[in-house]
Amino acid sequence: MPTLPQGRPLVAVKNLRHLYGKPGDGELLVLDEVNLTLGENEIVGLLGRSGSGKSTLLRSIAGLIAPTEGDVDFAQNPDRGRTVAVSMVFQSFALFPWLTVQQNVELGLEAKRAPAEVRRKRALAAIDLIGLDGFENAYPKELSGGMRQRVGLARALVVDPDILLMDEPFSALDVLTAETLRTDLLDLWCEGRMQIKSILMVTHNIEEAVLMCDRILVFSSNPGRIVGEVIVDLPQPRNRQDPRFRKLVDDIYARMTQRDPNAVRKNDGLFPGVGIGMILPTVSTNTLAGLMEAVAAEPFNGAADLPELASALHFESDDLFRVAETLQLMRFAEVEGGDIRLTAAAKRYVDAETDARKALFAQNLLAYVPLAAYIRRELDKDDEHEVSARSVREVLEELMSPEYADETLKSVVSWARYAEAFAYDEGADLFTLEDPG
Amino acid sequence: MVFLFGDRDSLRRLPRLLPRAVAPSWADVVAFLALAALAVFVIRGAGEMGAPLSALKTRPVTLDPARLPEYALLTTLRMFAALGASLLFTFVVATAAAKSRKAELVIVPALDILQSVPVLGFLTFTVTFFMGLFPGRELGVELAAIFAIFTSQAWNMAFSFYQSLRTVPKDLDEVARQFAFSPWRRFMRLELPFATPSLVWNMMMSMSGGWFFVVASEAITVGKTTIALPGIGSWLSMAIDHKDMRAVALGVATMGVVILLYDQLLFRPIIAWADKFRSEQTASADKPHSWVYDLFRRTRALRLTAAPLLWPARLLTMIDWPTLPKPPQVRLSANAERAVNWAWIALVAAIAVAALAFIWTFVSKTLHWGDVIQVFGLASLTLIRVVVLIALTSLVWVPIGVWIGLNPRWAARLQALTQFAAAFPANVLFPFAVVVIVGLKLDPNVWLSPLMVLGTQWYILFNVIAGASAIPGDLKEAASIFGIKGWQWWRSVALPAIFPFYVTGAITASGGSWNASIVAEAVSWGDKRLEAAGLGSYIAKATAAGDFARVALGVGVMSIFVILLNRVLWRPMYKFAERRLRLD
Repeated sequence: MPTLPQGRPLVAVKNLRHLYGKPGDGELLVLDEVNLTLGENEIVGLLGRSGSGKSTLLRSIAGLIAPTEGDVDFAQNPDRGRTVAVSMVFQSFALFPWLTVQQNVELGLEAKRAPAEVRRKRALAAIDLIGLDGFENAYPKELSGGMRQRVGLARALVVDPDILLMDEPFSALDVLTAETLRTDLLDLWCEGRMQIKSILMVTHNIEEAVLMCDRILVFSSNPGRIVGEVIVDLPQPRNRQDPRFRKLVDDIYARMTQRDPNAVRKNDGLFPGVGIGMILPTVSTNTLAGLMEAVAAEPFNGAADLPELASALHFESDDLFRVAETLQLMRFAEVEGGDIRLTAAAKRYVDAETDARKALFAQNLLAYVPLAAYIRRELDKDDEHEVSARSVREVLEELMSPEYADETLKSVVSWARYAEAFAYDEGADLFTLEDPG
Repeated sequence: MVFLFGDRDSLRRLPRLLPRAVAPSWADVVAFLALAALAVFVIRGAGEMGAPLSALKTRPVTLDPARLPEYALLTTLRMFAALGASLLFTFVVATAAAKSRKAELVIVPALDILQSVPVLGFLTFTVTFFMGLFPGRELGVELAAIFAIFTSQAWNMAFSFYQSLRTVPKDLDEVARQFAFSPWRRFMRLELPFATPSLVWNMMMSMSGGWFFVVASEAITVGKTTIALPGIGSWLSMAIDHKDMRAVALGVATMGVVILLYDQLLFRPIIAWADKFRSEQTASADKPHSWVYDLFRRTRALRLTAAPLLWPARLLTMIDWPTLPKPPQVRLSANAERAVNWAWIALVAAIAVAALAFIWTFVSKTLHWGDVIQVFGLASLTLIRVVVLIALTSLVWVPIGVWIGLNPRWAARLQALTQFAAAFPANVLFPFAVVVIVGLKLDPNVWLSPLMVLGTQWYILFNVIAGASAIPGDLKEAASIFGIKGWQWWRSVALPAIFPFYVTGAITASGGSWNASIVAEAVSWGDKRLEAAGLGSYIAKATAAGDFARVALGVGVMSIFVILLNRVLWRPMYKFAERRLRLD
């Protein structure tokens, strides 16, 4: 879906596609047919689940990744007589621990070979702007998380970029600190004190996107595509309790749980890969049980609005999606239109005792998680009822990257252990049917 | 190694005694004099090293105590020359391995093997080579000695640097790329600082090993040539020849003072300084301290003297090398690239085969299969010694180490002491053992063996102490609440907790013991020579006889044994510890 910028275009991304891994060998399409234009005077949010390729898109624009296909075109900046320049703020702050605050801020200027006096003056101005004066000679490890991200921001601003790229800049901070930093950044932006023309930020926090952005591009995952655009025309400062704000958040939840219209079967596209090649997320069985119990109980009584559920359980939307969709994969829940509804199996599960719960879980695990079913089948076939985990890992690595194979196998082992569907001996790296009880 | 100021309380007291604003203070004067003296020493020592070989004959090593400080200085200079060479080697080779797939293919396995090869055995070849390079100059022999120390230091430093380069945090790498750092700035700003803490630690370990070799390599006999470079090693070897117990004791004491000084004046400050390069974002409670470092930071005049030493480093960081035009990127097709890779592997393999053939023709001229069988037999004897002694020292030091580690008051003090013991070259103590063995008429086959672990057992001890003091408090509390005592406590709390640390120590100790066997299995006191049957004495004898073929065979077989022991025993244990027993 082509998106229209508000002001003069600064950068245009055309038909971007990106693959990870070698073609034909566990490759993963992370971005597919992405088009986007970023205009002057807007904050644009890239909102999506983890694994939706939004960080990859940001890094393609930053020039850190060469996309497999497609173009990133920067416009000319007539005021400065050069192409539009970008700078980036990182989720992990990415400060050099052996450099002081001032040295960290000067880094970009130093790389541009600016004279020492110019470097010092501009760095001090940036430090001042971002509210860090007095900390010039401190080392990052002496600062709190919020202070560190301020340094990251000053470092990005001091090189005089036109576009500020931010990769989940507040997600490593506690709630209060993140909110202060957001407000401060918005103040600087609204008052035009940062000299930047546009901000592009990646986030998985829906409320954060609605709070800060003028335009939100919603990404689907596996592969990452832009599936929707939300214009936020509420005036700044925005109020989270404003009904219009709430409605926008609800709408975006609905969009993010919308099924891919191209998916053939109902549960395709929940997780990347099909059949035993499905990449399974790390979700503990305690969390799965906990979510089912919470939805079954008052006030939800079996069906819940995801945003409400997220705030009631203090869940990040991204984590909630992962748990909800794991339940959906095992047919314990239906997720659609921003709502979650428990199935009959889930209701039986919630009412059952421990052993009956385990039996129910095992039944659905083996029926709906292809990898679990595959391992169990192999175990049943084997005379000794033993299967080496290495052989399973090798099969998986044909279908996905070794890291994903590892994570997927760990997830399936933890679910199978709880369900007592099969056992895993770590020392021998062996699946067995042995019942230790 | 906090040696004099083991506990942090006394450290905190010290700086308060130092006047801050008054300049010049007494500390300034002392520091200035010390720095000036150091400069004079270094210049004088360096001048002596360039002298012709005949000077060695006109001014032979004497057992005159007045010359001992000079010998100590020369020995120390050799150490630092080798350390400098090792650093240079590290920067060039490890960087090449980290940046180029093709270089990595060759360098990494080579480093891995060189790390575990008994470098003492190479002395024969290197002495001959360097003397041939500078015929008639003392420089040739000096270089041979320095090279011997270099071979004991360089590999683990290069390996650690390579690993650091490969694990540069991804976000910092992205910052460097986003700001388009030049390769030089990337190295100075990102890679070198990130690698510094582990490089400094490895340098310290290397220096500890180096003292051992400097003593062994200063006075050496290869065939008909006997060389005694002025230094503590030669002093000791002469004292042994003259059966001069007083001189031996003096040499040992001097060694102790030198190591203490270098530790307090150089390495402690460096470690305290390198702490700022640790990449954890949280301030650690256990900051390393050094009174010298604090002195430097707090004394104005000292800072000023140090400034001219620091600005070249700062300037170096800031150099903007002219950007070279990038060579046109040749995009090879996947097939062509694969072909190039195969060609490279084939080239490496061809060189390896040629080297093997060359060694074979060299060795086969004088040796028969009988020799090979004999050497394997001797190697087995040495293997038994190493295994038994590592087991015995473990039995002794593991309980003691755990006890010390659980008593924090003792741990800090004694851990420093054990690290000092590890750095102390045990070979200077051998004469005392020989006197005892000869006096009591003991069997050298048995009683020479402990000498092999004399210097290396400390690695086990200080790693166990470190492991025991790292046992989390809640684990200890849980054990005491549930009344876990006695053997069950050892089995389920102490041993699993210290195991990863123990394995690290034992690997170092075992490698070091193989090396030490070359000097430990054949020792002398005046005209008395004691010998234990084993691969170490075989190599030592072949070296003295100038029998290159046998030295090559002995060193080759020893390398095979060390590598096998690492692969079969230590590496699986290490993997197990990594996988199952990590406490984080």
